[in-house]
Amino acid sequence: MMLRIPRRGFAQVLALIVILMINRLVSPQFFNLHLQDGRLFGSVIDVLNRGTPVALLSLGMVLVIATGGIDLSVGAVMAIAGATAASLADTHSLPVVLASALAVGLTCGLWNGILVAVLRIQPIVATLILMVAGRGIAQLITEGRIVTFTSPDLVWMGNGAVLGLPTPVVIALGMLLVTAAVVRGSALGLLIEATGGNARASELSGVGTRAMILSVYVWCGLCASLAGVIAAADIMGADANNAGLWLELDAILAVVIGGTSLFGGRFSLVLAVAGALIIQAMNTGILLSGYPPELNLLVKAVVVLAVLLAQSPRLGDLSRFTARWRRTKS
Amino acid sequence: MKASTSVAITAFVLVAGFALCALQFPNIASTRVVANLLTDNAFLGIVAAGMTFVIISGGIDLSVGSVIGFTTVFTALAIERWGIPPLAAFAMVLVLCALFGAAMGTVIHVFELPPFIVTLAGMFLARGISFLLSTESIPITAPIYSAVSDFAIRLPGGGRLTAIAIAMLVILVLCALLLHLTRFGANVYALGGSRAATALMGIPVGSMTIRIYMLSSVLAGLAGIVFSFYTAAGYSLSAVGVELDTIAAVVIGGTLLTGGQGSVIGTFLGVLIQGMIQTYINFDGTLSSWWTKIATGVLLFVFIALQQGLMALARRSSLKPAGAKPAGAPT
Repeated sequence: MMLRIPRRGFAQVLALIVILMINRLVSPQFFNLHLQDGRLFGSVIDVLNRGTPVALLSLGMVLVIATGGIDLSVGAVMAIAGATAASLADTHSLPVVLASALAVGLTCGLWNGILVAVLRIQPIVATLILMVAGRGIAQLITEGRIVTFTSPDLVWMGNGAVLGLPTPVVIALGMLLVTAAVVRGSALGLLIEATGGNARASELSGVGTRAMILSVYVWCGLCASLAGVIAAADIMGADANNAGLWLELDAILAVVIGGTSLFGGRFSLVLAVAGALIIQAMNTGILLSGYPPELNLLVKAVVVLAVLLAQSPRLGDLSRFTARWRRTKS
Repeated sequence: MKASTSVAITAFVLVAGFALCALQFPNIASTRVVANLLTDNAFLGIVAAGMTFVIISGGIDLSVGSVIGFTTVFTALAIERWGIPPLAAFAMVLVLCALFGAAMGTVIHVFELPPFIVTLAGMFLARGISFLLSTESIPITAPIYSAVSDFAIRLPGGGRLTAIAIAMLVILVLCALLLHLTRFGANVYALGGSRAATALMGIPVGSMTIRIYMLSSVLAGLAGIVFSFYTAAGYSLSAVGVELDTIAAVVIGGTLLTGGQGSVIGTFLGVLIQGMIQTYINFDGTLSSWWTKIATGVLLFVFIALQQGLMALARRSSLKPAGAKPAGAPT
């Protein structure tokens, strides 16, 4: 009664703060910021900047997972979009490059969406097809080479700054606001949650579940292509083999850490992005601490397990029990 | 009947594809190439057999590639650095794998979590542990390794059926027997058909789940040992992404990812089809390696679309008799 803690999101924010504090302990100058050439520098900015691709992916992924689906192909879509952008960058203007890369992402998303919504193929399998073939397609575009470019416009997308913040961070923030405005500003979010909760019941009550599922995969593809362009711009080149490799797993992890159930239903955009930041803060922390980066995977595994156990239905019963116990006590 | 149809389609694709390859490159149709194909894909066949069980039961195991990596590193370290006799090292690593699989199965069952994310955590864990053990490639020089790689049955036509290819064939036969002829196998199918109904039938769902993931991890461990024979080294980055090849092989082999349907022989054919694509691309020489991925993706799509079509047909034919009844009743 006296101290009302918001139930949703509390654990994630706490985890992020704890990890940042641990990082501060490991490296005392963690929170230092300094301005140079009109751009802020510092470890915190670095966490934001490096976390951008996964944050963008998780924005699309959270909607897909909310409908009860999953998209394994986002890493491959990143590679295709990055390859497209890099091979056009030096011969075309930025709008053309961006438009074609995003169109590629849109097409990939549409393909996944049609397989899942129209042909009713199980999402894991449907997106597995593009995950396997996508990297091959990306290599087809780059002809197996690492395509580099020097176009200053595209490089700005990865290394530039807007009002002192790195461009990727600003883009991700913009995408978060747009997604939130569209999804939460209308009934769309609710309908997506309804589809994930019970697709048949929502269809019977008049929700266009097919269109809903199709559109979330398209959005996911779009977000993935944007992440791919940023990743390519960051390294000024496209590596079809390694761009976005295994990032689909990080994105799924971010969504799960953000409290969205893999069975679909209720979702939170902000918490998914917080999940992406938690993952990146851990990565940065391990790098700063001087431990071998190999430790990263172990820490990740432990965090996944902890989050999973905290969210498991069985433990849910336990927390409801303790809540009741607390209520009866007060 | 439906299951045998999809296996028949897979077999047809394999035979037709092989015939096309042989038409273009007559040398492909030799025991030498076929035996090499078996040797190169021996570890994939073993791990895919385990995945077949998991997928038929309605689950998925993303950790197998990492378990293979862990096994090769652990075996190499045990033999080369810790001086453990090879056979004892194999036994130790298989026990570790069994414990690992049992742990994943327990978490999936007890906490009612989706297998996808639990085995994803397992994938990170196993890969992380193998990185911690060693990040460099450790060559294995134990005499048993050269003895095994020298052993082969000579086939007519110059082919050499190597020890690891034989190991794969034996393990596949054993797995097929286990899946199709035992109570355990029947329970695996039941679990994939309906978890709730299986529990109501009195089948211990929990211990089944744990045993299925244990089996998958042990087979992944065996595949890792075979892989270490194949490369004569242990490396923590070996078999990255193999879980995808495995799932693809199982799906191409006609196993439904929703569970309840599939066979070990189908999986074997799926592995052979993937190996055939690889062989064709090697023979051609002008095609780049990325065509393997695209071809596998296209094949995956074709097979899934076929399965989907077959299922729709089956649904229609099962609806027809039900609809025909009232029409026939008045007469």
